Amino acid sequence: MNFSKYLLQRLIYAFLVLIVISFLIFMIVQLPRGDAVDRIVNARQAQGDIITEEDEAALRAQYGLDKPVFVQYFIWAAQFARGNMGHSMLGIPVDKLINERIAATVLLSVISLIVTYALAVPIGIYSATHQYSLGDYFWTFVGFIGLATPNFLLALILLFLFHKFFGLSIGGLFSPGVEEQPWSPAKALDLLNHLWIPIIVIVTAQTAGTIRTMRATLLDELGQQYVVTARAKGLRYRQLLFKYPVRLALNPVVNSIGYILPRLISGQTIVAIVLNLPTLGPLLFSALLAEDLELATSILMIQSILAVIGVILGDIILSMYDPRIRMEKGVT
Amino acid sequence: MYFLAFTYEFWTPYRAVTQHQGFVNTPPTPIRFFDAEGSFVGPFVYGLNYELNLDTFERIYTEDTNTIHRIRFFTRGEPYRFWGRLDMDLHFFDAGEGKVFLLGADALGRDVFSRILTASRISLTIGLVGVLLSFFLGATLGGVSGYYGGLVDIVIMRITEILSAIPQIPLWIALAAIVPIDWPVTRTYFAITIILSTMTWTGLARAVRAKLLEMREQDYIMAAKIAGASDIRIIYDHLLPGYISFLIVNITIAIPGMILGETALSFLGLGIRPPAVSWGTLLEGAQNISNIALYPWLLTPALFVIVTVLLFNFVGDGLRDAADPFKEL
Amino acid sequence: MSDVVLEVKDLHTYFELEEGTLKAVNGVSFTIRKNRTLGIVGESGCGKSVTAQSIMRITPKKNSRINGQILLHHDSGLIDIARLDEDSDEMRDLRGRDIAMIFQEPMTAFSPVHTIGNQIMEALFVHGEKDKRAARNHIISLLDEVGIPAPERRIDEYSFQLSGGMRQRSMIAMAIVLNPRLLIADEPTTALDVTIQSQILRLLKRLQRDNGMAIMFITHDLGVIANMADDVAVMYLGKIVEYGASREIFKNPKHPYTKGLLRSIPKFGEKEGAHLATIKGTVPVPLDPPDACPFANRCGEFIAGKCDIRMPAAVQVAPGHSVNCVLYE
Repeated sequence: MNFSKYLLQRLIYAFLVLIVISFLIFMIVQLPRGDAVDRIVNARQAQGDIITEEDEAALRAQYGLDKPVFVQYFIWAAQFARGNMGHSMLGIPVDKLINERIAATVLLSVISLIVTYALAVPIGIYSATHQYSLGDYFWTFVGFIGLATPNFLLALILLFLFHKFFGLSIGGLFSPGVEEQPWSPAKALDLLNHLWIPIIVIVTAQTAGTIRTMRATLLDELGQQYVVTARAKGLRYRQLLFKYPVRLALNPVVNSIGYILPRLISGQTIVAIVLNLPTLGPLLFSALLAEDLELATSILMIQSILAVIGVILGDIILSMYDPRIRMEKGVT
Repeated sequence: MYFLAFTYEFWTPYRAVTQHQGFVNTPPTPIRFFDAEGSFVGPFVYGLNYELNLDTFERIYTEDTNTIHRIRFFTRGEPYRFWGRLDMDLHFFDAGEGKVFLLGADALGRDVFSRILTASRISLTIGLVGVLLSFFLGATLGGVSGYYGGLVDIVIMRITEILSAIPQIPLWIALAAIVPIDWPVTRTYFAITIILSTMTWTGLARAVRAKLLEMREQDYIMAAKIAGASDIRIIYDHLLPGYISFLIVNITIAIPGMILGETALSFLGLGIRPPAVSWGTLLEGAQNISNIALYPWLLTPALFVIVTVLLFNFVGDGLRDAADPFKEL
Repeated sequence: MSDVVLEVKDLHTYFELEEGTLKAVNGVSFTIRKNRTLGIVGESGCGKSVTAQSIMRITPKKNSRINGQILLHHDSGLIDIARLDEDSDEMRDLRGRDIAMIFQEPMTAFSPVHTIGNQIMEALFVHGEKDKRAARNHIISLLDEVGIPAPERRIDEYSFQLSGGMRQRSMIAMAIVLNPRLLIADEPTTALDVTIQSQILRLLKRLQRDNGMAIMFITHDLGVIANMADDVAVMYLGKIVEYGASREIFKNPKHPYTKGLLRSIPKFGEKEGAHLATIKGTVPVPLDPPDACPFANRCGEFIAGKCDIRMPAAVQVAPGHSVNCVLYE
């Protein structure tokens, strides 16, 4: 089996997973509510219109709500697959509402991922090679705190501190009025200025977790025989450290891309609500509160798709990185 | 801590829902031991006066150093119903005629300290109950999956994979949004617990399965099989003792996740709803930046959340080390 | 004396543990010559591997202490390895180039994510080789020399793709890539099955004949020693208890421990149903050992008041054959 075949297999599997997920989401979001027709009828009656049974049935037929659940699902799924996500209750096409937010979500997730690794890997290496040193204890302590602080609370606390000591409001991704401007260096700078706080907030817990993984596996690897072999060859400790144990200890870390990405997407939902970021999270929240079902379903779907893409990416990267898995799966 | 949560009625000076007229957004009351002249009088608080700042409509509280309210212990105060059965009015402390708000009061003049302790009951138990539920699901399904293998294994594992591929918090939000607003408190409580459990059992199931797969291969299981023991018997008599400590560790590690989940949902107004209080609902009032800036003591529930989770993590870590005889220290 | 490669004089390697000082090697002296093989025999935990690690200076860094002399006879004169800093460039330069080592566990001695070729070549690069192409060709011919079929292909494979025997051959190739003067083989055949064992032993002998290197061969297997070694040092609890030419020791063992070891080998033609002789007890842990004969508490010929008061001195019982036992003093 070669690489493209393996890739294809993964993609097919992911596709099947997404179909199941989409069905679940459809059921969760759409079914428990009174259906849209009831709402329309209620609204019209409130305005004094008289609605007959026939009118109602006609409306139902128009929205496809007279059909069984499965049929409804298939109609919705077929539309979704074609990129037609329907209209929000505000009358705006859903895809228009979502598109720019997808970009912000992806941007935030990817940067967070990079920052997580950029911080966690060196700190993990330091902690493992200086086991039981002051620095090691310090980072272990920081790690525990980081794991225990839910990120939206961290966001709140940072909001408070910044407001208190710098008189700054740190919500949003742009300064007021900047967002509408066309892209320019100034706008990019403004974005960066606003970006780092959400990044810190989102990244803290993941980084703490990754540091612990990195430290534990590296300690394991440092005790392995091949480290002694390499020393016996006359390698310098530093050369050896980075070529062998660090390389091997990175395996589980690389593997974690698969679940860290979904977690980042999930974790930023509430942070985004607190910090008022233009990502999918706040939109989902308001859509659910407003019972804007088509919008909510689409957002959940998109978030799931992003998460599944993350998992596949993790798989592929790991299989390229670790020859053992590459061989096992027959990828050459 | 759980002890505090189960007996909070006693420890708190006021009921969580009591609104103290005229004490809206009071800052934490300092407890003093010496009066203005410097002589020792034991723990007491000053009476409070306030005036309305007419520009900002904020209340400015000042201490009235002439009125001294001693802190009294084991006093009779507001009556409550302990565990919903026993009518009692014994409180650990209050300040007699004066008011004591250890951690301030909120926008409706409710004592934050009392509310935090009251809320701990829901926040802490929801973690426990939720974990027990997902533990039941996870251990059963993971156990079945790991022990029987084959098709059952494949199906269960695919389910866990699919569930864990959905971003957790958005799904929680979506599920919690279904819970009707007019449900009574207990029903909401259980609904939220179930929602939290739907997502967390997968991890536990996977862990149990992996552990079982490893143990299943060991010789003594084979020996039991050859001796003709039934499946159930093998699971309970031979496998369970081997992974019970492993399960306890995993449960401890899973509890904080639950607590955080509930806090997050309630924080968004989708979880536990008033009049019931949890740490999350307390924090809901702190969503607004101008609120926090003016009344920072509203953030104190966050501290409780963090410390609780921290404690669980430490305990879980300690247990994990203790349960793993092969781990080098 | 010109053919002496390594002289070890009164080597002590201690580990500082919380429980006390572990005297893993406690006053060991021997000499290894060019083209000759010194076998070191003893039970697990007698300090034979630590002796090897001390010579390589790869004992665990934090808590080990080395005293005595480890004299390497180099072209440029004598080098006392015991006095070098283990991380110095000088020491690193000796490792791999002058002294090389093969290990017991060929499975774990290679990194699973780097190719065999990469790891063997590394020794060349570390010691100054620049030309990648030349290095590669060198390795291919080396792999061929140690008996690996299709070396052009194997060089790009990973350790987990090779059989145990192949891995051990690769490790030997890695050790001899720079033609070391001394090859330390720490239980190189213990993890292999018997047919592979004899192939590996034959390979080592052939390489020694071709390159004239000295070999220090560590094992607990007397059969292998008889086959390989010219000289034998019998170690017990950090000390050498008997030392001499291999032929002499096997024919004419003096020390009760050596005798015990030889008796515990099953022989052909022995009466059926006869019990195999064993040495009672196990090797104690040398934590703060008393100054006495280490074997005293297990010895069948123990003499109270003599064996347990001091370490017996080495006695020459035949030319080149010395024994540390009160029976011969």
